[in-house]
Amino acid sequence: MNYISIKNNQTILLSDIPESNYEAFYDMNLDLVSGHIERHCVNYFGYKVGNNVKLISCIADDITHEIMISTCLVHKAHDLESLSAKLLCFEKFEREIHENFGINYIDHPWLKPVRYAFNREDKSQIMDNYPFFAIDSEELHEVGVGPIHAGIIEPGHFRFICNGEQILHLEIQLGYQHRGIEQLFIEKKNLLQRATLAEDITGDTVVGHGTTFAHVWESLCGFEATKDIEFSRTMALELERIAVHVGDLSGACTDIAYQLGSSVFGRLRTPIINFLQEWGGNRLAKGLIRPGQNQFPFTPALAVRLKQILDIFEPEFIEMADKLFHLSSALSRFERTGVVTNADAVNIGAVGMAARMTGLNRDVRVSHSYALYSELNHNPILKRHGDVYSRIQLRKEEVEQSLNYIRKLIAEVPAQVSEIKNFNPPQPSSFCISLVEGWRGEICHCGLTDKKGELMMYKIKDPSFHNWLALALSVRNNEISDFPICNKSFNLSYSGHDL
Amino acid sequence: MLSFLLIILAATFFTGIIIRTKSIASGRKGPGIFQPIKDVIRLFKKGAVYSETSSFVFQIAPTIYFSSVFVAMLVVPFGQSKGLISFNGDFIFFAYVLGLGKFFSIIGAMDTGSSFEGMGASREALYSMFVEPAFFILMGSLALMTGHTSFQEIFSTLHLGSSITYALGVLAGVVFLMIAMIENSRMPLDDPKTHLELTMVHEVMILDNSGFDLGLILTAGYLKFAIYGAIIFNLFSGTIAYEYAIPMFIAMQIFLAFCVGMIESFMARFRMNHNAQFIVVLSSVSLLIFFGALLVSGKFI
Repeated sequence: MNYISIKNNQTILLSDIPESNYEAFYDMNLDLVSGHIERHCVNYFGYKVGNNVKLISCIADDITHEIMISTCLVHKAHDLESLSAKLLCFEKFEREIHENFGINYIDHPWLKPVRYAFNREDKSQIMDNYPFFAIDSEELHEVGVGPIHAGIIEPGHFRFICNGEQILHLEIQLGYQHRGIEQLFIEKKNLLQRATLAEDITGDTVVGHGTTFAHVWESLCGFEATKDIEFSRTMALELERIAVHVGDLSGACTDIAYQLGSSVFGRLRTPIINFLQEWGGNRLAKGLIRPGQNQFPFTPALAVRLKQILDIFEPEFIEMADKLFHLSSALSRFERTGVVTNADAVNIGAVGMAARMTGLNRDVRVSHSYALYSELNHNPILKRHGDVYSRIQLRKEEVEQSLNYIRKLIAEVPAQVSEIKNFNPPQPSSFCISLVEGWRGEICHCGLTDKKGELMMYKIKDPSFHNWLALALSVRNNEISDFPICNKSFNLSYSGHDL
Repeated sequence: MLSFLLIILAATFFTGIIIRTKSIASGRKGPGIFQPIKDVIRLFKKGAVYSETSSFVFQIAPTIYFSSVFVAMLVVPFGQSKGLISFNGDFIFFAYVLGLGKFFSIIGAMDTGSSFEGMGASREALYSMFVEPAFFILMGSLALMTGHTSFQEIFSTLHLGSSITYALGVLAGVVFLMIAMIENSRMPLDDPKTHLELTMVHEVMILDNSGFDLGLILTAGYLKFAIYGAIIFNLFSGTIAYEYAIPMFIAMQIFLAFCVGMIESFMARFRMNHNAQFIVVLSSVSLLIFFGALLVSGKFI
């Protein structure tokens, strides 16, 4: 087969990736994914090589822990067959390639703009003429929500087609948050600038994206992270998971108007993010993760402090969670609301919590292990029903699991390695892929360098990129008044999608 | 006259106590109990902004809504003292003058042309439709028991003598309380605090109202709660002397507001399609009262 198998965080030469023509590339990728639920597309993107576009497809295999990279060169004058027509998990990726490079797919089912990138091919495509799926019916009605949101979250437009209170179809139009982050990665030459950019990809996954960037950069530069660096990253990832999950539980309670849960979970998020402040000087963990260094070493004194905090946090969290999960009025809102079936999740290539809530075992911490996760023997929590209740339960149990991991970690704080190794410059003409399980799911960054060792392409994929479609599917046949709780239970990122 | 003063007095603190209870229950200090009134006074000092797409209907709707609640308030008696308006069949007048106000608030919301407000209006109309039979069966049964058809006469002759009439009184109190919750869009049917338009019922209908108009709508809401509180009190007050009845009325209003606050703190709201089921249940409770009334009056063997 015409692909190369690599491990997570491995750097290879661009010339090592076997290139084939589009037909062979198409058939191979179809073969790789279809019928294999353990495989899904983690990234599929293109970049310009002269007048042509080079496509790179990355398929991850959860069982062999390998990522299969293949490539092909296409020209925009030639219309292509679309993978999405057969496998829906390529849908967004192909739309993005179409939008950025003007490559036309002859049988793509939903060839619409993704995010209106500034350097898109067809500048006549603008926000105002987005081709919404429309209805021609006297009985049905459309409800448009956004892009300006009633609360404080980010902008996005939701177009519902409803039959009375029942949602028949939801179309989500995003792109309002597009900042050209991938382009900025290339323009900003300073490592510190790039590291802060990575943290700003989406403000709620600072550690997740920061760590992924650090992994890519260290791998490109041939830097071996020391144990204390890996310790800090694992710790920060799990703390971030706890903080956001607890915040989401509070948000879910707010949406069903359960005031007690809303205020207690809201308060419980505070000690965790305050600890991040004590540790790294920022409540959202900005600046904590930097490539090649352990800027804020985790000291034994911090371990003692964290243990004190968790000893108070844990019983309170469990008490409140028990109350919530035994409150019939809350359960009646959660159960059987916003169901995504396992088949749909497999189809659209859902990742992270959106996959695990349907019983699909997809967790980078196990399948493409990094940092200290192999030592923790991580065992992903799975739920079967795919409804709001599953997503809420998943959060609660993942918080408990993370607490457990943190307790294991702080039992043995590694000593800080005093000597700081110097960074080599990145290897020229190389490709590196890094996967990290953020709290939302699988984050994938790909870095490509040119002949001089400068970054020439940086590709970011936030888990929201796949999962927005899961939200759109979940609300079908639900009541429109249940949309907010469905949305909150996914809690997807707008800026992570729009980049 | 007495009821008029007492209802206005109760309206000044009722919503404030609900908000304060909720604040304390969630571990916050919360605003003073007169904050809602201060907010309304602030709104009354402002002008209103009207969207270009709305017509005069939108502009007159809040005034008519407020007037209807105000007129309905005049009908409510207090113990032996009549309301400012009292005649045979005044409870029908009461229901329909409120209905008129609601009709205008619904078409006012529809007039804005917003899909949100249309949704809220349709929900409000549906719930009002289900509430109506509950109210009339209940009042009809009380009229049957007492043989009178005005609020004041019904309540002053409603002797809660036997245990079965006490049971009926409690049931009637529950029905009125739930009607008050529905009419005022409180939990568990509607969440007055939510920011999510898609889940709102009453709040979404007044999204476009501002300044003076919003002040009128809010004031009407405060009055409505106190009106229903007064009606519930009337069920039991019958022949109690004023020097006891007035403090009891105030105490009961405070207790009621406290209960509403506690309910809103410690439970989640209903799923939207359970609301309609819940409201229909009120009609069946009213039917229970009706059969009870038939039993008591010996018309049912």
